[in-house]
Amino acid sequence: MNRSRLDLHGAPYFFVTPFFLLFAVFGFFPLVYTAWVSLRSWDLTGDAGFVGTANYQRLLADPDFWNAMLNTLGMFLLSTVPQLCFALVIAGLLNRPIRALMLFRLGVLAPIVTSVAAVAIVFGQLYGRDAGLVNGVLGLVGIGPIDWQAGKGSSWIAVASMVNWRWTGYNALIYLAAIQAIPRDLYEAAQLDGAGAVRQFRSITVPLIRPALIFTVVMSTIGGMQLFTEPLLFGQGDISGGSLRQFQTVAMYMFEQSFQNFDYGYGSAIAWMIFLLTVLAGVANALIARRLKGGI
Amino acid sequence: MRTTTRKALAATAVAASLVLTGCGGGETGESADGTITLTVKTFGQFGYDDLVAQYEASHPSVKVKQENIAKLADYTPKLQQWLTAGSGAGDVVALEEGILIKLMAKPDQFVNLLDHGAAALKGNFLDWKWQQALTPDGNKLIGLGTDIGAQGMCYRSDLFAKAGLPTDRAKVGALWPTWDGYLATGKQFAAANTGASFFDTAGTVYQNILMQQGDQTYFDRENTLIAATNPGVRKAWDQTVAMIGAGLSGKLQMWSPAWNAGFKQGSFATIPCPAWMLGQIKDQAGPENAGKWDVARVPGQGAVRGGSFLAVPAQSKHPKEAAELAKFLTSPQGQTAAFKAKNNFPSSPQAIDDPAVTGAVNEYFSDAPVGKIFGQSAKSLKPVYLGPDNQVVGDGIGDALTAIEQGKLGPDQAWTKAMNDAERAAGK
Repeated sequence: MNRSRLDLHGAPYFFVTPFFLLFAVFGFFPLVYTAWVSLRSWDLTGDAGFVGTANYQRLLADPDFWNAMLNTLGMFLLSTVPQLCFALVIAGLLNRPIRALMLFRLGVLAPIVTSVAAVAIVFGQLYGRDAGLVNGVLGLVGIGPIDWQAGKGSSWIAVASMVNWRWTGYNALIYLAAIQAIPRDLYEAAQLDGAGAVRQFRSITVPLIRPALIFTVVMSTIGGMQLFTEPLLFGQGDISGGSLRQFQTVAMYMFEQSFQNFDYGYGSAIAWMIFLLTVLAGVANALIARRLKGGI
Repeated sequence: MRTTTRKALAATAVAASLVLTGCGGGETGESADGTITLTVKTFGQFGYDDLVAQYEASHPSVKVKQENIAKLADYTPKLQQWLTAGSGAGDVVALEEGILIKLMAKPDQFVNLLDHGAAALKGNFLDWKWQQALTPDGNKLIGLGTDIGAQGMCYRSDLFAKAGLPTDRAKVGALWPTWDGYLATGKQFAAANTGASFFDTAGTVYQNILMQQGDQTYFDRENTLIAATNPGVRKAWDQTVAMIGAGLSGKLQMWSPAWNAGFKQGSFATIPCPAWMLGQIKDQAGPENAGKWDVARVPGQGAVRGGSFLAVPAQSKHPKEAAELAKFLTSPQGQTAAFKAKNNFPSSPQAIDDPAVTGAVNEYFSDAPVGKIFGQSAKSLKPVYLGPDNQVVGDGIGDALTAIEQGKLGPDQAWTKAMNDAERAAGK
């Protein structure tokens, strides 16, 4: 009897250990080690000892960090809000009987297959100051030429457009899957009651795919906090994100401090701050989600 | 059933031990027959293959292993890991100038080459190159110079002709004995309305002017920030701002696609060019522009951008032999050979005067005698003390100049911002 008890109670733990071991080595250890480094003064020449919370105090008073935070938030809003709205509309359209449905459904996924570096380089060219396509088109209607990298707003729009282009289709497919799980008879009943397509979408589709909506918002939040490659390549690899840090994200600022200024202690403090803020955003999301769910 | 469980456990344990011991393996560097192996770590292209073969032939008891990481950006963090971990750095490491300046703050990580007879070699290096790797008290030398980014002023002779300026490189050089002369020429060029700007971006011009302003820039030898009070910094800044104000800058960010395309399209007429940039210009401008580019002297007294050193980490098991190898590779003959192999411009006056270097001409640049032009520029430069936080302060000032170019800040605002940023970067 002992044997089978061990099997029942012990075996499952053994089967899941590989994940936890890998997580311990590649997830948990770096997390803890970064926290330890963030309490020390550590630069290229080596570890100069424990400094307590000095790195964090410096961080809270660092205007460049808060500037990066503002940029991250700005680009996050400019990318997430339009992105999810468009994705919802596209999902609604893809759910209708149209010609070559499969082609369109696969088509919206194409941007996600494209390498992010390639996207950023092509968009960087489109937003070129002297010979960029965007300025060319704007020039036809008498606007411009805009130096996209020079302004905060213009650079945010440019970076957000890359993110939107890449992720809209992905979110649309998630919504589509959720929409197809909605029972058809709800729509039929609504139709009998005289509800039009827009009314059906608003009153049936959107409320019933709420879990999918919450999931995409959480994923976008995490992605938004880690925004790095697009703004970096938009600035031609300039880690400070423009002459006045117009489009430097927090991830870029962490990289700049750690691997350009070799201030590892401070860089680690920034990394932990990003982690804490991401957790905070996640908790906020969860709370809002719970209230929304309760409201159904 | 029991065996299954045990197997699962064993498998997990094996997986764990694989993961945990993934990074192991040591090097002793000494084999049974008494020959030792010296590991040389470099980045980019140092051109040491022939030299290493030569050294092994004349030192039968020494084997040299070369390890190279292509990109400096990948090499630097690795180097930091090796130094922190106390192993892995090998016996001879290449240090790029920016890193060397930082590491000078903690010279204990390297063998003092003065203990290995390096003092006698002082005359083999340009004075400023020697000083860069010497601690301020003069007691410790952590590196021996390899190459330097000696600079000339590259220019488009076709655009100069269009603007009614001389095109012959001696006459062009005579236009700008000083940076004021360069500014005056630029104004003349701009007045001719060729459609091109006079130079690509203000940052590099500023850097060149700055390095000619006395023996210190942002920091004094006690590493106190003096950027705001050093008249040299202000002079370089003012002169650069005057050039931006005169509309001479093309406002092109270095390495951007527009900057690259500018070489082919002729969107700027001059660019301060280190020796290694000639290849870049040739590639970007393409064969159709052969003979349109030329090289003249740089305004003022010499100019250099970047360069490297060889050092022996304190963790080396064979410091004496490693120092000998470093001395050999950085000798005038070694530097001449590296120049022949990969065009790395030497930091040794003897090598600079070697016929192989002085006779070097560049076909693409209208057969310009680049060896002579760059050599002159390198030899007339005076030593400048930079300080470990030089780069971050310099980056801030470069960004402020870009903000002026973009019309985002006025010159006074930009100066205040640059000085505040410098204060924060240095005072952390």
